[in-house]
Amino acid sequence: MLELRNITKRFGAVLANDHVNIKVKSGTIHAIVGENGAGKSTAMRIAYGFYTADEGEIIVDGQPRRIETPHDAIALGIGMVHQHFMLIEPMTVTENIVLGAEPGGAVALDLTKAAERIRKLSEEFRLAIDPHATIEHLSVGQQQRVELLKALYREAQLLILDEPTAVLAPQEVEELFAILRRMRAQGKTVVIITHKLDEVLAISDEVTVMRDGRVVGELQTSATNAAELARMMVGRDVLLRIEKPQAKPDSTVLSVEHLTVTARDGTQRLKGVSFQVRAAEIVGIAGVEGNGQTELIEALAGLIPHAQMSGRMEYLGRDIAPLDARSRRELGIAHIPEDRHRRGLLLDFDLKENSVLGVHYRPPVAVSLGSVLLDDGAIRKRTERIIEDFDVRPANPDLPARSLSGGNQQKLIIGREFVLQPKLLLVAQPTRGVDIGAIEFIHRKLVRLRDEGCAVLLVSAELEEVTALADRLLIIHDGEIVGEVDPTIATLEEIGLLMTGGKEQ
Amino acid sequence: MNELLNIGLIYSTVRTATPLLLAALGGLYSERAGVINIALEGLMLVGAFTAAVVTHYTHSPWIGLTAAIAAGVLIAAIHAVLCISFKAQQVVSGMAINILLIGVPALLSGAFFESTGATPQIPLHELLQYAPVVIAFALVPVTWYVLYRTPFGLRLRAVGENPEAADAAGVSVTRIRYAGVLLSGALAAIGGAYLSIGQSSLFTRNMTAGRGFIALAALIFGKWRPVQTMLACLLFGLAEALATQMQGVVRVPVQFIQIIPYVLTMIVLAGFIGLSRAPRAIGIPYQKEK
Ligand SMILES: Nc1ncnc2c1ncn2[C@@H]1O[C@H](COP(=O)(O)OP(=O)(O)OP(=O)(O)O)[C@@H](O)[C@H]1O
Ligand SMILES: [Mg+2]
Repeated sequence: MLELRNITKRFGAVLANDHVNIKVKSGTIHAIVGENGAGKSTAMRIAYGFYTADEGEIIVDGQPRRIETPHDAIALGIGMVHQHFMLIEPMTVTENIVLGAEPGGAVALDLTKAAERIRKLSEEFRLAIDPHATIEHLSVGQQQRVELLKALYREAQLLILDEPTAVLAPQEVEELFAILRRMRAQGKTVVIITHKLDEVLAISDEVTVMRDGRVVGELQTSATNAAELARMMVGRDVLLRIEKPQAKPDSTVLSVEHLTVTARDGTQRLKGVSFQVRAAEIVGIAGVEGNGQTELIEALAGLIPHAQMSGRMEYLGRDIAPLDARSRRELGIAHIPEDRHRRGLLLDFDLKENSVLGVHYRPPVAVSLGSVLLDDGAIRKRTERIIEDFDVRPANPDLPARSLSGGNQQKLIIGREFVLQPKLLLVAQPTRGVDIGAIEFIHRKLVRLRDEGCAVLLVSAELEEVTALADRLLIIHDGEIVGEVDPTIATLEEIGLLMTGGKEQ
Repeated sequence: MNELLNIGLIYSTVRTATPLLLAALGGLYSERAGVINIALEGLMLVGAFTAAVVTHYTHSPWIGLTAAIAAGVLIAAIHAVLCISFKAQQVVSGMAINILLIGVPALLSGAFFESTGATPQIPLHELLQYAPVVIAFALVPVTWYVLYRTPFGLRLRAVGENPEAADAAGVSVTRIRYAGVLLSGALAAIGGAYLSIGQSSLFTRNMTAGRGFIALAALIFGKWRPVQTMLACLLFGLAEALATQMQGVVRVPVQFIQIIPYVLTMIVLAGFIGLSRAPRAIGIPYQKEK
C-alpha cells in the first residue's frame, strides 16, 4: 500500500530521518514506535506531504509518487490524524470535513448533502458525531473522531494516526481501537504511532521500530513482546516498572487543611481537601482528569488568586496561602506543570532562557547593581548542567525550546526545577507524551529526589505511574479526597472504583 | 433639533456610509483570510486619485472607476507580496502603504497639474453618484453569501482561523490569502473613487481623511461579519452626517463638531474591541515547515 524508500530529512543540523524504509501492507494495522525525537512524526508527515523529503522515494500501490502537498496525498487516498488536531474550532463538523473537498459547484456549497453523508459514515463506523455540532463544543475524543471522519469522507484507503491515544481516557482508547478494527475489516490500512507498547501489542499486525532517525526493526506483532520492543527502541534493557527502596518519611513538610477552590464561574473545584506530605516521601494523587487535581497543584504553586480559595496551606509550619508564586519558589517549592506549553516553557525562547525562568532575577543568574543584568556565562553554565544531567537532546543551549521533541522539553523543565534543590516538589503528569526510555529516566530522578529528602506531591492520569511511584496514594473524585490506599497492596480495580466515585469499603 | 431629523439626514447618512462600507467589506475579505489590512486608507486614496486623474484625461468616469480598481488591486498586491510571500509584519507593511499614498498623489498632481495635491475639476456624472451606493449595499448580502455559502468563503474563513488545518485539508493558504487581499484592494479603491468622482468632482490632498481607519474600526465593531459591519458603517455615517448638519445650526465651534466621528471611532474601539473575536490567525504569517 505505502512504502517509504530511503527517506532522508534534515532540519538544519538535525538529521530527523536517515534513510528510512517503511513498508505498510494493505489491509493491516501497522504501528510505529520509537523514542521522542526518533523521527516517527517526520516520516509520516513526509508521507502526507506536510514536509518534503530531501532524498528518497514514496511508493503508493506499487507506483513511485510525488507527494509535495497534503493535497497530493489526499488525492492518493492518504489521510492523517495529526498529533495536534487540525480542526477549525468555531466551525461545524460538516464545514471542517468538507473543507478542501467541497461538494457542489464553485458558487454553491452544498452542506446539506455533505451533512447527510457524514451522518451515514458516522453511523456506519459508530462514531456518534453530530454533523452540525461546532468543534469547540466537542470533547477531545469526539474531535478525534471528526478527524477520522474527515479521512473517511475523502475515502482515504490509508489512515495515519500520530499518537492518537495520548489525549484519550482508557475507555476512549478502547472505542478508538474498535473503530480502527472496523476500518481494517473494510480493507483499509492504518498506520498508528504510539508510545504505549501494550497498545502496539493490542492493535497492530506489524511494528516498525525507529531510533535516532533510523529504522532499527521491523517485526510481526505476534512474534514480539514489550520487553523486546523497549530494548530495540532505547538500545538497552528498560525497566518497565520502577524499582524503589522503601520510603523513610521524615517530618511533615506540607499540610493542607480544608482547602477549597472556587472557579470564576462559581463551581467548586476543590471541596475541602486535607492531607499531608512528609519529607522523603512521594504522595500520589490518582483521579480521572478534571476532578480537581489541576486546581490542587496550581493552588499550592500560587497560581490561583487568593480570593478563590479558602482553607489552610502550611509549608514547614508557615502559612503560605497569602504568598505569591515567586515567594513560594524562594522558600523551596518547585513546580512541574501539567501543560508544558502553557505553564512550563516559552517556546520561542532558547533553552538558556527557559532554563533560568523563575530565577532570572536573582544571583547567580542576575548580577551587579542589585541584579539588573543577566550573566550570560552563568546562564550558559547552568543550562549546560541541566542538559547534561537530564540528557536533553539535542544538547544545544541556543536552540529554541520549540524545536525539541515533547519528551526533551519535559526533561528540560524537570531539570530546571530539580537544580533548585526543592524541599517540596509539585509535579503533574511528568511523563505525558514521553517515551519509555525517558519515562524510566524521569521516574528514577523522582525517586532519587525523594531519597534526598524532598517531599513530592505527584499527580498523574496514568494509574500505572502513580501506583509505581507513590508511597502513599490518595484518590480524588469530584474535588474531594475519597480514599487513601497503600499502592503496594491495592489493586488497580479498587483504585479505579474509587476514582469513578465508588466509596471505599 | 427637529430640522436635523429628516429625509436629508437619512440620505446623507447612506452617502457617507458608502465609502466606509466599501472599504470595510474589502477589509473583511483580507482579514477573514488572516491578513491585517491597515492599508485601507492608502487603498482608498489610490482609488480616489486614480479615478480623478483617469476621468480627467479620458472624460469617462467608467474608465476612471475601472482604472481605480486596477490601481487598488496593484497596491494591494504589494501588501500581499510583502505579507504573504515575504511574511512581513502586516501592520508595518500597511502603514508603509498608507504613508506612501499620502505622498505620491500630491507629488504626481504637482507634476501633472502644477497644483499642490489636487486634480482639476471634472464634470460630475449623474449615475456615478448612485451606482457605488447600490454596489456597496448590494455587496453586503453578496459578501454574506460568499462567506457562508461558497467553497471560497469556507476556505477564506478556514485560512484566517487555522491555516495549518486548512493546509492539511489540501487548501492553498497562499492562494486564498492573496485572493482576500486583492479583493480588499478592489473594494477599497471603489470606495475611494466614489469620494473623488462620485461625491465630489476632483481629488484633493488626503481627501479620505482617515476614512480607511474608520472603516477598519467598523469592521472590528461589526465583528468581521458583513451585516454587522454594514450597521457599524451606518452608525459612523450617521455621526458624520449629523456633524455636517449641525454645523451652522448648533452654536459650537465647527472643529468640535467635525471631531464627532473620530471620537465615536475611539469610543467604539476602546469599548468593543475586547468583545469581538478576531479571526484567530490574523496577523500571523503562515510559515510552513519544509
Ligand atoms: N519543524 C522542525 N524543525 C526543526 N526540527 C524539527 C522539526 N520537526 C522535528 N524536528 C526534529 O526532528 C527530530 C525528529 O522529530 P519527530 O517529531 O519526527 O520525532 P517523533 O519521533 O515524532 O517524536 P515524539 O515522540 O516526541 O513525537 C527531532 O530531533 C526534532 O527535534
Ligand atoms: Mg511525534
